[in-house]
Amino acid sequence: MTDTTRPDRQRQAGRGRGHGGEQLTVPPADFSSYYGRPVLKPPVWKHDIAGYLFTGGLAAGSALIGAGAQLTGRPGLRTVSRWTALGGVAASTYLLVHDLGRPARFHHMLRVAKLTSPMSVGTWILAAFGPMAGVAAVAELAPLLPQHGALGLARRLAPPVGDIAGLAAAATAPALATYTGVLLADTAVPSWHDAYPSLPFVFAGSALAAASGVGLIAAPAAETAPLRRLAVAAATIELVGGRRMERLGVTGEPYAHGRSGRLVRAGRALLAVGTVAALVNRRSRILSAISGAALVASSVATRFGVFEAGRVSARDPKYTVLPQRERLDQHGPTAGR
Amino acid sequence: MPHANSLYGPLDPAPDAGYVDAPPRMGFFTDTSVCIGCKACEVACKEWNLVPESGRDLLGMSYDNTGALTANSWRHVAFVEQPRPAGWATPAFLDTPDGPPVSPATAEVAAHTSTDTGTYPGLPSGSPGAAARMSGGSEFLGMPGAHPPGRGSGAEGRTDFRWLMMSDVCKHCTHAACLDVCPTGSLFRTEFGTVVVQEDICNGCGYCISACPYGVIDQRKDDGRAWKCTLCYDRLGVGMTPACAQACPTESIQYGELEELRERAAARVATLHERGVPEARLYGHDPDDGVGGDGAFFLLLDEPEVYGLPPDPVVTTRDLPAMWKRAGLAAMTMAAATAVAFLGRRP
Repeated sequence: MTDTTRPDRQRQAGRGRGHGGEQLTVPPADFSSYYGRPVLKPPVWKHDIAGYLFTGGLAAGSALIGAGAQLTGRPGLRTVSRWTALGGVAASTYLLVHDLGRPARFHHMLRVAKLTSPMSVGTWILAAFGPMAGVAAVAELAPLLPQHGALGLARRLAPPVGDIAGLAAAATAPALATYTGVLLADTAVPSWHDAYPSLPFVFAGSALAAASGVGLIAAPAAETAPLRRLAVAAATIELVGGRRMERLGVTGEPYAHGRSGRLVRAGRALLAVGTVAALVNRRSRILSAISGAALVASSVATRFGVFEAGRVSARDPKYTVLPQRERLDQHGPTAGR
Repeated sequence: MPHANSLYGPLDPAPDAGYVDAPPRMGFFTDTSVCIGCKACEVACKEWNLVPESGRDLLGMSYDNTGALTANSWRHVAFVEQPRPAGWATPAFLDTPDGPPVSPATAEVAAHTSTDTGTYPGLPSGSPGAAARMSGGSEFLGMPGAHPPGRGSGAEGRTDFRWLMMSDVCKHCTHAACLDVCPTGSLFRTEFGTVVVQEDICNGCGYCISACPYGVIDQRKDDGRAWKCTLCYDRLGVGMTPACAQACPTESIQYGELEELRERAAARVATLHERGVPEARLYGHDPDDGVGGDGAFFLLLDEPEVYGLPPDPVVTTRDLPAMWKRAGLAAMTMAAATAVAFLGRRP
């Protein structure tokens, strides 16, 4: 292939608007385009999906905590977590169906099971998780039933059934919390795809943080000791797992700059605040609630930030053309590699 | 047992999808060197496939008022006006001002234009900076020119300009990300190796739209479903030529067996090189490329990105096994973290 027609691309130090912060190794934005139009179609997913990332994670984290509380004899925390898991998964299902172009056809997802489609895998994970989380939560209503008669039998049967369902939900929960990383990464959206090693860890940490947060707010203070440890673990998983996101090169830019970057940074700051507050707090109910709220808010900010970063990267031809052009110039066509 | 290359690498897609005795793989070879920009392909496609209207605004993108491939435009003719030196000929516009056809300032304004294509995301506005850079074409050096080129440098430095016209279409990839990520099985591989949406199945989840590395597939606003070129599956079945190729007056769009088209394309490039068009190159023809080769490939006269094509697309599912591994690792970490948090001593 000849070089004679390669456009003399204008040199321009390109990093968009100058934000402070760390210097990134981003190549200058010199590339050709078709009238500056995006090469890709930006995701059509609405904020429903960013919301789903949060509610799905919250449900998964809560199911894990619910099982932990169940196995270590913490009934108050168990009840709170089971209801949160059910609420989270119900909201998730609503958001997912609502986002479809044809909501009435949501059940077409159940025609097939495809490993190559993270959305199909996720549908089946949700289909397994949802009913289990539902049974576990509803079993918490057993004490409201009368002591005798047929309902009395239900009252005695409910707790063991709820325990089995709670453990089953917890068994599928880690998959529910992490498959969403693959859901976003398995696209042509540059910032999502390139972040594929990080996203499942960021989402796993974020899910545990959100669920710990709700527990810290709503569960009896005497039972929340594990949540404080879990908040630290969540922060570690999210921060260590996500440390490479902004350093991806040009496609990491949306995680550090602009509105999406501010959301991601806010998520980290809130995570740090929530974790530290949970650690130092021993007695204060108010401090507990504040740290819980910070953890929940951190998860919301992170999910919306990551979601937004992907949309930004698909909207601007720079993020599509520059990395591919760089790859071509360095290694030649992708052929045979 | 799936083929070792079922996610990446050279592959014959129809047998891989389970067809026994599949007919030869069919495709398009679009030779942009003979495209005259008549848009007969766009019209023929709309007529045959009953594709709805796609907006009637002027976009400020040369003669391109379609803008992009959308759910309501399955062929899209791109127009690029480029000043470039005609090294072997007398400047055609000697004594006339013939600078870049569009000023960077105009291009920046045009980047904001759009039209209601009736689809989503349809035709998103462009990046003004990038539009300004491309406005001057290959000779543009980044300075908004207030006077015609040559005024300062003399007539020798003047440029001629050229038209690039190209009829874009769905690439019908060997490794089609849209098809692989479709959670309903609505997108499927035909016996001809092409990729088609079954509209009675599609529930408008939009995953295919984010997965396509070429930005082809798109969603109709009024019905919520995803639509794209079917390579006239209904016509292929009865041995007919797809509508666009049938309508093309210059045989810029050629339809046929992919193997044969590849040979024809290689010969055409050799001819063009011989005749002094060294910039002619093929795009999407190589079974070893990032998508395993396209069922619809092109002869281009400039870099792919000049036409709005990705220069080196790689199907996202190449990395899918690695992605699932990372997710599995993260899931185990999550479960272990919870276990450790609860196993700790009570305060």
